[in-house]
Amino acid sequence: MAMDTEKLARIRRSEAYRTLVRRRGRLGVRLTVVMLVLYYGFISLIAFDKSLLAAPIGEGVTSLGIPVGLGLIGVTVALTGFYVWRANSEFDRLTRQVVAESEA
Amino acid sequence: MRVTLPGTALAALLVGTMATFAPLAHAAGLDLQAEQQATNWTAIAMFAVFVVLTLGITAWAARQTRTAADFYTAGGKVNGFQNGLAIAGDYMSAASFLGISAQIFTDGYDGLVYSIGFLVGWPILMFLMAERLRNLGRFTFGDVASYRFAQTPVRLFAAFSTLAVVVFYLIAQMVGAGQLIRLLFGLPYEYAVIIVGALMMIYVLFGGMTATTWVQITKAVLLLGGATFIAVMVLAQFGFSPSALFARAVEVKTGLAATAGASPEEAAAKGLSIMGPGNFLTDPISAFSFGMALMFGTAGLPHILMRFFTVPDARAARSSVFWATTWIGYFYMLTFIIGFGAIVLVATDPGFLAPDGTLRGGGNMAAIHLAQAVGGDVFLGFISAVAFATILAVVAGLTLSGASAISHEVYATVIRKGAADSKSELKVSRVTTIVLAAVAIALGILFEKQNVAFMVSLAFAIAASGNFPVLLMALLWKGCTTRGAVIGGSLGVLTALVLTVLSPAIWVKVLGYETAPFPFMSPALFSVSIGFFGIWLFSVLDKSPRAAIDIAAFEEQEVRAETGIGAAAVAH
Repeated sequence: MAMDTEKLARIRRSEAYRTLVRRRGRLGVRLTVVMLVLYYGFISLIAFDKSLLAAPIGEGVTSLGIPVGLGLIGVTVALTGFYVWRANSEFDRLTRQVVAESEA
Repeated sequence: MRVTLPGTALAALLVGTMATFAPLAHAAGLDLQAEQQATNWTAIAMFAVFVVLTLGITAWAARQTRTAADFYTAGGKVNGFQNGLAIAGDYMSAASFLGISAQIFTDGYDGLVYSIGFLVGWPILMFLMAERLRNLGRFTFGDVASYRFAQTPVRLFAAFSTLAVVVFYLIAQMVGAGQLIRLLFGLPYEYAVIIVGALMMIYVLFGGMTATTWVQITKAVLLLGGATFIAVMVLAQFGFSPSALFARAVEVKTGLAATAGASPEEAAAKGLSIMGPGNFLTDPISAFSFGMALMFGTAGLPHILMRFFTVPDARAARSSVFWATTWIGYFYMLTFIIGFGAIVLVATDPGFLAPDGTLRGGGNMAAIHLAQAVGGDVFLGFISAVAFATILAVVAGLTLSGASAISHEVYATVIRKGAADSKSELKVSRVTTIVLAAVAIALGILFEKQNVAFMVSLAFAIAASGNFPVLLMALLWKGCTTRGAVIGGSLGVLTALVLTVLSPAIWVKVLGYETAPFPFMSPALFSVSIGFFGIWLFSVLDKSPRAAIDIAAFEEQEVRAETGIGAAAVAH
């Protein structure tokens, strides 16, 4: 567990480390907010206006709730995929840089 | 066979978290009786194949389980794709498969609302926690929660909340297993509970996390494959047009309502009601509270969090969540089609109905009957065996997590102050596994006739109100202290427990009082808030020397959480 204080301070001063923490923190918080807004927005529709989601779209019986609900499942998967894509490219590169610098 | 099964009891038990519409099981059983099916040899033969296969996996896994790290984390050698499948196998319970398709069969759209709640916790886990968990922990979420804090109090809290979640979840699964297997296989309840308890004990005892992982992967593949087959067969009958399927389902529901004596207008409205939200989330507070329990509970379930330590690094932890979310999301889309398919193909077939017009075998049989309708007797046997396998994979994960709470948090860290050798820690976890299996079997038999529908929702509420706030604050808020984490987390757990007792699910349905003091469907809105507020309040008030140590250690924790520097050397 112990990391010597000199090495710790060096890492925390490193430009790559600060960029990593800032970007990952920002992306994580933003995507979390998007997810919370989408899900609790959906819940709000159900809590306050059930008829909106029950309204049929087009000719048949299919309601607005079907594309909204299934779409929410799709968006949930897509957001996690988006995070992985950003992290695999950008964050892993920055992490490797921080590790390399710390060992230098 | 003489035994009769209260159909609604099965519905109540398996559906689990759908506490609001779970009827009083044993009372309902007196007047609503469904026939137990004759011993189903096809299903038993297929299940036997699964058991032989998983015991083979366990024998192979046992040869690789030498150290505590092997036992808890499969040596950290699982890759992201495999772990994602295993997480999906750990998470998709029989309640998801049978309960949600049954809810769609009954109420239509409400079942989709419910399943979405089970999915939306995964991105939160990904965005805020997954990589940091992997970088900081070794075996359990308690490793992460206590990383910069005083070990004893935080470990004891983690052990307590882990055991609470595991025991409630486990009882619900055991009782559900007994009911389900009696129905599907024609075996007596006690046999079923003992078989489940014995098999999960063998997997965990000898094969540890390696066996558990592969049992979960096998089950996930079988369940996803079986559900895909049903959904494709249903859609094929409608030229792969979901709107044609929906139209026919509305027609069937309208016809059923008309037969039951509704006027044409009422019947048409009843038919169309399956296309929109109904009575599932009644008042806004229940709606939000229930949503919070599912979302944040997912991110605090100890047996799920434990799976993050089976992968080698943060990158694999990320891909685990992505694959888990993908498979679970896909699975919920399938259950939606399966539920509507059951309306069209099962509700219209007298062969699947009891004389009073309800489903033969009880409400949760919708997907099972549909399997027979689209795939015949052999496929029915396959799906029954998959349902059994599903329960086994879930209880094995729970048992492993419960064992680690005693052996890793309490024995190795609190009692031996971190000086326990791997061998003795492994021994304690194995003894705990045997004890847990015995307790699970005993409680499963004891609770046979009880209404345990509240137990899964209670497990989610405890995870959301205790584990989740403590982990999140410990990871992300520098000012969090030992005292704040322990008091705040405990307050969250206690609030969840007390409010659940005072809620209709226990106060009215179990204890039999007229009205419940706490009228809402889930305590989470209140208990999660109290958890977070308590952690904040008792941290800022904490001026002890320990608080200074906790806060000073944040920088080192953050560097390791963000980069993994220091983690590799510790872990493997």
